[in-house]
Amino acid sequence: MKTDLVIEKPSSKAHGEWRKMELAGYWALRFTLVLVLFILGVIVFDIVSKGAGVINWEFLSQPPRVGMTEGGIFPAIVGTFYVTLITIAFAVPLGVGAAIYLNEYAVQGRFTRLVRMSLRNLAGVPSIVFGLFGMAVFVKFFGFGPSLIAAGFTLGLLTLPVTVTAAEEALITVPRAYRAGSFALGATRWQVVRTVVLPRALPGILTGTILGLARAAGETAPILATGAAFFLPHLPDSIRSQFMALPYHLFIMATQHHSISQVRPIAYGTALVLLLLVCILNLAAVLLRKRYRDRVAKGL
Amino acid sequence: MVKLNTRNIKRENETAVGYLNNLDEGQTENMENGYSEVKVEGLNFFYGSKQALFNVDIMVEEKGVAALIGPSGCGKSTFLRVLNRMNDLIPGTRLEGRVTVHGEDIYDPATDVVKLRKKVGMVFQQPNPFPKSIFDNIAYGPRIDGQKNKAVLSEIVEESLKGAALWDEVKDRLHEPALALSGGQQQRLCIARALAVQPRILLMDEPTSAIDPIATQRIEDLIRDLCTDYTIIIVTHNMQQAARISDNTGFFLQGEMVEWGKTSQLFTKPEDQRTEDYITGRFG
Repeated sequence: MKTDLVIEKPSSKAHGEWRKMELAGYWALRFTLVLVLFILGVIVFDIVSKGAGVINWEFLSQPPRVGMTEGGIFPAIVGTFYVTLITIAFAVPLGVGAAIYLNEYAVQGRFTRLVRMSLRNLAGVPSIVFGLFGMAVFVKFFGFGPSLIAAGFTLGLLTLPVTVTAAEEALITVPRAYRAGSFALGATRWQVVRTVVLPRALPGILTGTILGLARAAGETAPILATGAAFFLPHLPDSIRSQFMALPYHLFIMATQHHSISQVRPIAYGTALVLLLLVCILNLAAVLLRKRYRDRVAKGL
Repeated sequence: MVKLNTRNIKRENETAVGYLNNLDEGQTENMENGYSEVKVEGLNFFYGSKQALFNVDIMVEEKGVAALIGPSGCGKSTFLRVLNRMNDLIPGTRLEGRVTVHGEDIYDPATDVVKLRKKVGMVFQQPNPFPKSIFDNIAYGPRIDGQKNKAVLSEIVEESLKGAALWDEVKDRLHEPALALSGGQQQRLCIARALAVQPRILLMDEPTSAIDPIATQRIEDLIRDLCTDYTIIIVTHNMQQAARISDNTGFFLQGEMVEWGKTSQLFTKPEDQRTEDYITGRFG
């Protein structure tokens, strides 16, 4: 392998050393990537190969039967869907509002730096801690009881740091010149935000939010103590109802069921459905970002 | 202190032309009151602890073009942004002295900054059209001002684009993205956008420095046309431009206004040695 970078002609020994190091580095780094892809591939292959066989219309549309050894996971799909909706209703307005305040209104300084640092730390808090907090605050203190709303709010809290950070990043990408142009025309701060900043930042905000939600939809720990149920024959009929959820159902089928080996295929099927759900959410985020890029390229 | 509320006159009118007529009356009325268009007395300006302007005094009369020249970092752009309080948006800035626009102290706590900025429009160094259509860019100002009537908006858009000598080039593609226009066209669009809110004064911060020579020529012609209806204060790093288009010129150096006077006078018989050194190219 010849290289253009060598200016002085090195002694042949030094040259050989140098090449060996370079090659070793190249292959070591290449190997790490291959390893990562391999691990990912094994996980996906394992879940798809063992789960695909279980998935059919009945699995997706029926509740579990015969002590959860037969039937489907319909209530868990619905429960995850509902709880995600509540998470959205809680986290999006709060997170986006906070981000707008932090980025557009607040005087940048020690306080905003402190807030941003706290948010970053909050994002690192283990989800089981959020679960415990949700139980103490939403289930007990506010008296929601174990319910969709308590679990949705808890997941909302969990995603808030992500939502705020993503929304702020989207707001920062809006060129300052747009704000200056708008202010110079006599716009109030809120008009600047509403007519120039938000339209431009919205796709980015949504993309970040969806990625956060995809994460939340798969969480088990925060809903464990706040409303997810082992088994419910009915669908939840109000936000105060308990609910079944895909990640929790998977946890039960994998570890808590009285005959784990018998229900293993159901567990894999549940895992696959959960995986697909998260994939769909991520795909939505990707498509949204693409549409946004196209729009920016067109200048609208 | 006379507080003229020209914006309210506008709302009562259903057409842009009617509004223009009323505004003319308003201007006449104010002229009779004998106020300078812009009067600055003892202005000191600070970015944090760093002083950017030192004891600036200036009086700009109505209509015509006033140019501000000086080397980079001399404070001329800072001074321009004092006049529509765009510096308010920069944290940690502070100002001493008195700045009146048409007799009204614009740094009085009671001053409505939003109203001030509608009266004192601004065009920036880099053309900054919004990522919206040409129409929506021009209609932006009237819309945030509450104008919803489509016919009125169309009329304002047409008048403003004609005012900025851009109408003929864009009349068939008003709903295409403004960012698809050339740099020079974008800058004239920004001028049209500023005209649409019916300002009295137009501040221009090196409006041609990011634009090619031919487009620059068009904008200079436009500035000469506009100055019969508007007071234009332009910051430029280009002395020839100041000499070509301005009636009065101010020379800034290290935050001080060294000299202010008739352009013909300042460029031929400057009073201050530093002005002479600058315009003859000895530094800057």
